[in-house]
Amino acid sequence: MSLLEIEGLRVQFRTATGVSRAVDGLSLSVDAGQVLAIVGESGCGKSVTAMAILGLLPEGISRADGTIRFEGRDLLALTDREMQKIRGKAVSMVFQEPMTSLNPVLTVGRQIGETLRLHEGLGRRATEARALEMLRLVGIPEPERRLKQYPHELSGGMRQRVMIAMALACNPRLLIADEPTTALDVTVQAQILDLMRDLIGRTGTGMVLITHDFGVVAEMAQRVVVMYAGRKVEEAPVRDLFAAPRHPYTRALLDSMPRLTEGGEAPEELTEIPGVVPALTEPVRACTFEPRCPRASDQCRTLYPPFRECGDDHMVACWNPEPQPDAAVAEPRRQGEMKA
Amino acid sequence: MSQTPPVLDVRDLSKTFAIRRSFFGRGGGAVHAVDGISFAIAEGETLGLVGESGCGKSTAGRAILRLTEPTAGEVWLDGERIDGLGAGEMRLKRRDIQVVFQDPYSSLNPRLRARDIVAEPLRNFASAIPGGIEERVADLFDRVGLRPDQMDRFPHEFSGGQRQRLVIARALALKPRVIICDEAVSALDVSVQAQVINLLARLQRETGVAFLFISHDLAVVEHVSHRVAVMYLGRIVEIADKAALYGQPRHPYTQALLSAAPVPDPDGRRDRTILKGEVPSPINRPSGCHFRTRCPSAAAECAKVSPVLRDVGGNHHVACHLVEG
Repeated sequence: MSLLEIEGLRVQFRTATGVSRAVDGLSLSVDAGQVLAIVGESGCGKSVTAMAILGLLPEGISRADGTIRFEGRDLLALTDREMQKIRGKAVSMVFQEPMTSLNPVLTVGRQIGETLRLHEGLGRRATEARALEMLRLVGIPEPERRLKQYPHELSGGMRQRVMIAMALACNPRLLIADEPTTALDVTVQAQILDLMRDLIGRTGTGMVLITHDFGVVAEMAQRVVVMYAGRKVEEAPVRDLFAAPRHPYTRALLDSMPRLTEGGEAPEELTEIPGVVPALTEPVRACTFEPRCPRASDQCRTLYPPFRECGDDHMVACWNPEPQPDAAVAEPRRQGEMKA
Repeated sequence: MSQTPPVLDVRDLSKTFAIRRSFFGRGGGAVHAVDGISFAIAEGETLGLVGESGCGKSTAGRAILRLTEPTAGEVWLDGERIDGLGAGEMRLKRRDIQVVFQDPYSSLNPRLRARDIVAEPLRNFASAIPGGIEERVADLFDRVGLRPDQMDRFPHEFSGGQRQRLVIARALALKPRVIICDEAVSALDVSVQAQVINLLARLQRETGVAFLFISHDLAVVEHVSHRVAVMYLGRIVEIADKAALYGQPRHPYTQALLSAAPVPDPDGRRDRTILKGEVPSPINRPSGCHFRTRCPSAAAECAKVSPVLRDVGGNHHVACHLVEG
C-alpha cells in the first residue's frame, strides 16, 4: 500500500463563467520516502491538488470527488474535525510565501509550539525544547533569540526555514510542498533544497513537490507527474522524463526553458508553445493540448487520448507521443504532421 | 572621438535613501541601494543586470529613468547628459528611453482599450506620423504578435503574456533607443516567457533598440544578453561578455550564484558552492568588500580595502582582490 493514493480526483469550482474543472480525473500515488513532483504551468491544477489533499479547498464554491487515500483512509470522506487531527501532524505543508502562511502577531516559538501542543499534547517546557530543537535542525542561527522574534523580523529564507520547522515538528509522514522555494533567491533556494532533501532522506517522509521549475524537479524528485489543463498528461521516473519526454507538451516545456550553458552554444531561439491554455469551463472531448500541439492529427481533434503505458514505467496521454530515443532513428518523424 | 557614443552610458551612478531617525533616536543612516555603478550599452546590444533581491538592480533601472532621482553620477543618452535635465526636457527624452516592468497588469490603464493604450504615446509626443496613428498602431500590434481584432479589448481581457506584448507595443511606439526591462518575463509561464523572449530578440534585430535587461533569472539573462553585469549590495562585482561571464566566472559571488542555480538535468548535479547565510542588510554593509562575509575565500585584506572593478583581460571586469590578472 502506498502512503498516498489518489484516484479519479475531480475538483470543480463554481465561477462566474461556469463550472471550472480545475482537476479532472487525477490519479497518482506516493510511497514513503519518495519525492513525487507535480509540474505544470499556472492553472494546470497542481496547487488545487495540494489543497484537496490537505482538505483546504474553499467551502461552498468548490467540490471534490474521487478518493484521496492516505495510509488507507479516504481523506475526502473525513469530517473537518478528523481532518484537523491529520493536517499539520501526519500530513503537513510548506507553501510558497512564508509571510502569508505565518501568523504575524505570534512569535516564531509560539507558532511552532502551537502545532506541538495541539497534536502532541506537550507541556510548555517540552514544547519550547522541541521548538528550539526544530530551529536548530533547519539551520537557523541563534535559535534561542529567534524563538522570541516575530515573522517580520526574519528574512525570507529564515521564514521559509521556520515554515519547514513547523511542517516537520510533528514528524509528518507526508509533506506537501507547494512552490517551496519559488519566492527565494537562488543562493537561498539552494540552501533550502539541500535542507529539505537532507531532512526527508533522514526521516523517510513522503513528499509531493509542486513546482513549475524543472530545475527544482531535477534536484529533488524521483518521480514526475506533468499536468496540463487539470489532467495528468505524463508520468515517469525523473531520469526518463528528462531524457525522453513522450508528451509533446512536456517536450515543448523543456525546450522552451532557457538553460545555463556555461559559456557554450545556446539556441538562437527558444521553442515557443503557440497559443494559450484552454478555458477549464469548456467540456473536454478532444485532446486539450491539440490546438497548440505540433504533432496533432485528426484523431486528436475527436477524442481525448487515454492515459497509457508508452515504455517501462512511463505513461502518457497522447495519440502521437514523441518517439523513444532509440526508436527515433528507426521511425522517421512523420513530416506531414509537423508544423513548420 | 570618432566612435559613435553608446546609446546608454551610466557613470558612477549612486542612489542613497536616507533613513529617518526614530523617536528614540535610533536608526538614522542611509541605504546605499546603488553605489557607484558604471556601464555602457551600444546600439542593438543587450546588457543583462543580474543579482539577488535587494542588490539594487531595480533601483539602478529606476534611477536611470529618473523615476527616482539619482544621488550622484551621470546618465548619458546618445551622447547627451540627461540626469540633470529639467522635467520638461526629460519628458521629451522619455521618447528614447522606455521601460517594461514585471507586472503588465499594473502597468496598463484598465479603462483604456488596447488600441488607445498603444496610441497614447503617439498622441502625446509624435507631431506627424506618416500614415497616421491608426496605421502605426496596427503595425505595432502586428509586430508584437497581437491580432487586429484585439484592438478594442480592455487589459483584463488579455492573458498575462498578451498583456506584456501590449506593454511592449506601447514601449516601441515612439521608436526608443533603449528599453529597460525590469523582470519583464519573470511573472510569465515558461512557454509564454519563451514567446516574449523571442519577440524581444526579433524586435532588437529589426529596430536596433538596446536593452538593459534586469532579472534575477540567470538562465534567462544568459539567453537574452550580449554582456552581463552582476550586482551585489549596490555594486557591480563583475561585468563581461556573456560567454566569459558564464563560462569562466571570476568573482566568487558570480561563481556561487551560477553553481546555486538548479539545473534541469537529474544527472547534471555539479559540486555546489553553497553560500552560507544571507545577503547582509544594505544599511549595515560589511567594510571593504561587501561580499567578504559570505565569501568562501575571503582574506584579511578584503575587510580593509574595497576592491575596484578592473579589467582582468578581454574586457572582463572583476571587483575582487583575489582574482589575478
